[in-house]
Amino acid sequence: MLGRVANGIFWMYRYLERAENTARLLAAGHRMAMTRGADAASEEWRSVLTTLGLLQSYEAHYNDFSSAHVCDFVLRGKDNPESVLAMIEGARLNARMCRSAITLEVWEAVNEGWMSQRELLQRPVRITGLWQVLSSIRRESTLVRGATHDSMLRNEIYCFARAGTFIERADNTARILDVKYYLLLPSLAYVGSALDTGQWENILRSLSGERAYRWLNAGRMDSRSIAELVILDERFPRSLVFSYAALRETLAALARLHGTEGPAHELMRLADQQLTGRSIDAIFDSGLHEFLLAFISRNRDVASSIAEQYRFTA
Amino acid sequence: MGIMSAQGLVQFDEMHGRDSSVTPAYQEYEKWLSEQDDRWLQRKAQEAEGFFRRTGITFNVYGEGDAEERLIPFDMVPRIITGGEWRRLSRGIEQRVRALNAFLHDLYHRQEIIRSGRLPERLFRHNPAWLPEMVGFTPPGGVYTHIVGIDLVRTGPDEFLVLEDNARTPSGVSYMLENRETMMAMFPELFARLNVRPISDYPRRLAKSLASCAPANSSEMPVVAVLTPGIYNSAYFEHAFLADQMGAELVEGSDLRVVNGKVQMRTTRGYRPIDVLYRRVDDEFLDPLTFNPDSLLGVPGIMDVYRAGGITIANAPGTGIADDKAIYSFMPEIVEFYTGEKPLLQNVKTWRCADPDSLKYVLENLSDLVVKEVHGSGGYGMLIGPAASKRELEKFREKLLSGPDNYIAQPTLALSTVPVFTKAGLAPRHVDLRPFVLASPNGIEVTPGGLTRVALKKGSLVVNSSQGGGTKDSWVLDD
Repeated sequence: MLGRVANGIFWMYRYLERAENTARLLAAGHRMAMTRGADAASEEWRSVLTTLGLLQSYEAHYNDFSSAHVCDFVLRGKDNPESVLAMIEGARLNARMCRSAITLEVWEAVNEGWMSQRELLQRPVRITGLWQVLSSIRRESTLVRGATHDSMLRNEIYCFARAGTFIERADNTARILDVKYYLLLPSLAYVGSALDTGQWENILRSLSGERAYRWLNAGRMDSRSIAELVILDERFPRSLVFSYAALRETLAALARLHGTEGPAHELMRLADQQLTGRSIDAIFDSGLHEFLLAFISRNRDVASSIAEQYRFTA
Repeated sequence: MGIMSAQGLVQFDEMHGRDSSVTPAYQEYEKWLSEQDDRWLQRKAQEAEGFFRRTGITFNVYGEGDAEERLIPFDMVPRIITGGEWRRLSRGIEQRVRALNAFLHDLYHRQEIIRSGRLPERLFRHNPAWLPEMVGFTPPGGVYTHIVGIDLVRTGPDEFLVLEDNARTPSGVSYMLENRETMMAMFPELFARLNVRPISDYPRRLAKSLASCAPANSSEMPVVAVLTPGIYNSAYFEHAFLADQMGAELVEGSDLRVVNGKVQMRTTRGYRPIDVLYRRVDDEFLDPLTFNPDSLLGVPGIMDVYRAGGITIANAPGTGIADDKAIYSFMPEIVEFYTGEKPLLQNVKTWRCADPDSLKYVLENLSDLVVKEVHGSGGYGMLIGPAASKRELEKFREKLLSGPDNYIAQPTLALSTVPVFTKAGLAPRHVDLRPFVLASPNGIEVTPGGLTRVALKKGSLVVNSSQGGGTKDSWVLDD
């Protein structure tokens, strides 16, 4: 397949994944804002914006942290080149560019999603309609992934779709955790207070993990097992270990198809070693924040070496 | 359903003839239509648009910054042609395409037609579509125009005229295919009642036809790629569609480079050679080393590879000389010269304004004529005399006087109509027809039907999609 098309597929899935994770983050933030006082809400929105890397550009345009302003800026802000709408448009642009590499099912899922979100995001999002918008964004990504899973040949194209999805997911999960890492530290003085349980729940909610967590931990809630779930549990589809297992499998498939491994495989193995086989205690001991920062940086290196190895650009 | 009549024009309606009886082609369709509920039909008409939006069949309109992608309106009343009508028509089309390829070969070799005095040399010598780089070179398989679209208009039951030949890069075939898919999804019962000749194998035939023109040294399964100017081109959808349907790579100039005497594409495994390039990029952008040096759409050095026999370019560079409007008026002579037969399809009467007598006639009768730019396309830069204001006529008169060579004129024809579906029922609208033809060393294939374009505005004669035209599914009956 063409390197340019591999690049387009990779980014199409990265954009969709990021749009979905952003929607989830907003949903969790909105819930916090509704259930806590104004101060806690501002704090929560500030951390959402930090996670998304948008805090600076947001503060350049607004001087409050109201739900309406934050959601509007993140979802459709004209001054925000990384808005969800821009990502959905980016995904569709890439899909159009790679139209002959994806099935009709995948194209229709992307195109219909784009049509309905463009419609929904045409006017400022009202808080009453927020839920509808956010679930529509999540649904689009889910539909595209489903159509991909069910209709695409298991060839190179599929591999780059998966690689894009899991590079982005690992990055997003790590960022969500990093912004809240202090809440997960076992040494925190107010462990067990009402505030923390709510904050913890919110971390899980931004990762669609609240149900999985409850199911696995039968009502108990502590920071250690939350960190363990979202970092190390290979059964939880948004955990770092799960994402890297999928990435490992995808890169192995590419190596089989090409008959050779390359620098991307080497880097991924290194990143994987730092992740798999470590206990949560060992991670805490060496510093959760440092661990996450190093992971995000290695993940970025893996992504750029994939781009280079498979000739995404001339 | 009521039939609205156009005022004053004695025109042939392909469904209702000249006297409101039903023509043979439409007998069965009319019967079916009369059994349908009006409100159900109205709902169907609305369905069609949603169908097209979802599948993303759009085209981009140049000069409309905001509306980046638009739909070509689709009308759900089919254009129906009987098997007998089609047999006569396709024989004429085949003959014309044979002549076009022979003409191109001759023009770039011995130029017998010039020597014989049947075609003035000046017509191509200073014509920008004429490429000196092609002189003395024979493309692989001897084919110049692999994919041809012949634009036809109809003026009566048996009168089809050629309005234009499209020998360089005819577009619209994706609409032909998608219109059929849409009709089959909307009215499956109609296809059970009428025997409509299928067209869905066009992409497979195209792939086969292109592969059969591969250079001699290519592998048994030649690598075919479609070259597109990119996502912002007005026909991008079609380029992607055809690549997809053929199982070929869709490439852009930036994917290609010349390596080891072959044009190669950058794949995830490195550069891989291409044997046949179905290019949808104009000649002048094809090779910045040979033509427009600023072009980013082409491949530097591709012309050298081409001339060395390393790649097939379809359609061949320099093919545009054959579909130039100034050449068009000579087509009857050209057909006769190369086939030794009388042309089966007639041209529309054409005055070449380069000729002083013709110019005089054209100036005297401007308000009755259609005047076209020789090198123009897409219905731009055209004067429709009967519809023009005094000022427009004056403006054109000046243009004609200052550069008569740039213009041809044709009579306004009583173009046939086919009904379209409107809120008030069926209403006749003018149509043309672009059948698609594939030429390869194995012969010439005409796909049954083609693309029917329809002027959706009442009384309008302009069918171009860029100017408010729509399309219809075109059926050839297997009778």
